[in-house]
Amino acid sequence: MASSIRALGAELPAATAAAPLSAGDRFRRFARRNPTLVLGGAVMVLIAMSGILAPAWWTGDPLTMRPVERLQPPSSTHWFGSDNFGRDIYSRTLYGARVSLVVGASVALASLIIGTALGLVIGFYRRIDTIMMRVMDGLMAIPAILLALALMALMKGSVRNVIIALIIPEIPRVIRLVRASVLSLREHTMVEGARALGAQTPRILLRYILPALTAPLIVQATYICASAILFEAYLSFLGAGTPPHIPSWGNIMAEGKAYVQLAFWIILFPGLFLALTVLAINLIGDGLRDLLDVR
Amino acid sequence: MMREIVRRLLATVPVMGVVAIAVFALLHVTPGDPAVIIAGDYATADDIARVRTRLGLDKPFTTQVGIWLGGIARGDLGASIYSGLPVTTLIKQRAEATISLTLLAMLISILVGVPVGVLAAWRRGSWLDRGVMVLAVSGFSMPTFWLGFVLVYVFAISAHWLPVQGFQPIERGLWPFLRHLILPAITLSVVYMALIARMTRASMLGVLGEDYVRTAFAKGLAPRRVLLRHALKNASLPVVTIIGIGFALLIGGAVVTESVFALPGLGRLTVDAIVRRDYPVIQGVILIVSGVYVGINLVVDVLYVVLDPRIKY
Repeated sequence: MASSIRALGAELPAATAAAPLSAGDRFRRFARRNPTLVLGGAVMVLIAMSGILAPAWWTGDPLTMRPVERLQPPSSTHWFGSDNFGRDIYSRTLYGARVSLVVGASVALASLIIGTALGLVIGFYRRIDTIMMRVMDGLMAIPAILLALALMALMKGSVRNVIIALIIPEIPRVIRLVRASVLSLREHTMVEGARALGAQTPRILLRYILPALTAPLIVQATYICASAILFEAYLSFLGAGTPPHIPSWGNIMAEGKAYVQLAFWIILFPGLFLALTVLAINLIGDGLRDLLDVR
Repeated sequence: MMREIVRRLLATVPVMGVVAIAVFALLHVTPGDPAVIIAGDYATADDIARVRTRLGLDKPFTTQVGIWLGGIARGDLGASIYSGLPVTTLIKQRAEATISLTLLAMLISILVGVPVGVLAAWRRGSWLDRGVMVLAVSGFSMPTFWLGFVLVYVFAISAHWLPVQGFQPIERGLWPFLRHLILPAITLSVVYMALIARMTRASMLGVLGEDYVRTAFAKGLAPRRVLLRHALKNASLPVVTIIGIGFALLIGGAVVTESVFALPGLGRLTVDAIVRRDYPVIQGVILIVSGVYVGINLVVDVLYVVLDPRIKY
């Protein structure tokens, strides 16, 4: 409460002066009002940069093995230490961000698109609604990680298949969210008005209902992204995810499992990056939820 | 009330039906011949044929579904391809570790999460509240297995206070049992605890603004009494719901936690089965775990009626 009053006061001089705010001032004001969003965004930008521009951050080749330098603690040559094959953990951790970011973004985007399309249709046509929602209840009763594990058991380990295995458990959850909103929006006067003007159902779904869903879906997408990144690490850690030759955070930690006592840094650093990434995305999600005023 | 409970119970039947069929259909939704995949990379044509007849994959799809559902009705989930033992036997052998782990984790999460959420809501906007919220979002983002390794490193490897890994059945005494279980349970509880604390706080905030809470404070009741008897009781519905729904998180976390601490539970059984492509075991575990999840949410629904007599279905 106190902070919101302070925020109000801070706004006053700018409003009375009526001078155009510089970009810097505007950003500072935005950051003051949305601290979680800005903090999460900043951490996320850093991690994305470290992954995408990994070669520019003084990394070596993440795959080169130097048996002489195996299991070395963090030092000036190996900032995060080296693993049992003498590979540089710093390089591997930075490159590992790539897999996580690709998986997180693809799963969020794909499950959102598929789930929204299905949710719109299911929510609007009463006849299929009851049956489909029973099916969705059943699918959601299967814990996501177990479903993804079972799917991976039947597919070859590849980044693409990990993405598929993580999309499938998310779809029913998106459908449920979209459907609930469609059900309430369907009775809205704007939809009634559009119908009276002779608009067809597809037009109503796309032009009237979908725009109203944008905010909750964006927030949902960030949470899906965060959990997909976690789940990719879980799958890889359990040996049913990204193939072992690709340095992903889960894989690095899976290999470090046997060396917890000898070389804890193999697990410590990739896990720290993983935790920070997921935290940053969750903060962005919370920030967006407050900013876009979703429930 | 009894009629309500029976109706809720019946409503779980179609859900479990969908689960049973979905778990079975899994084998067939992925591209490729399941017999070839299960037989493995070095299988001969003979091996593949054996797997195919063994799993009944040579029969028409509807017949296969019928056999699977009929088996479930008789309590028969088939046999492991690897060991030949009935899946139900394997699950029974491994159930103790998983049940102990999840129950202890659930207990810790509720005992910590609920009071912390209540305090945060009561002192809204204070440093205590902010600290709790920061911890909650961090806890929620924590990779379970990584946290497990960090705790092992600190409390077992560096400090030698607790065993690194392993499991002791409760028959060998309560203390060895708890000593082996405490780190895994704390590891597993963090995500769930964060979820419960957040939900408790949000729900309490809604209730603390109510007139009857103000009245209770105004007539001089002790804060603890108002918070627990007046506010928490009315704020408990969403909390109980999240305890039920969040159970899925607990199960997912148990799979990786068991792997970190080498606990002989259902998670390890699943992971081993996946490496060996032992599909009947995978299907059996998923079916049982989903059944437990549905059951817990049924209990939650029934608790609703007990906690809030206003609710009529």
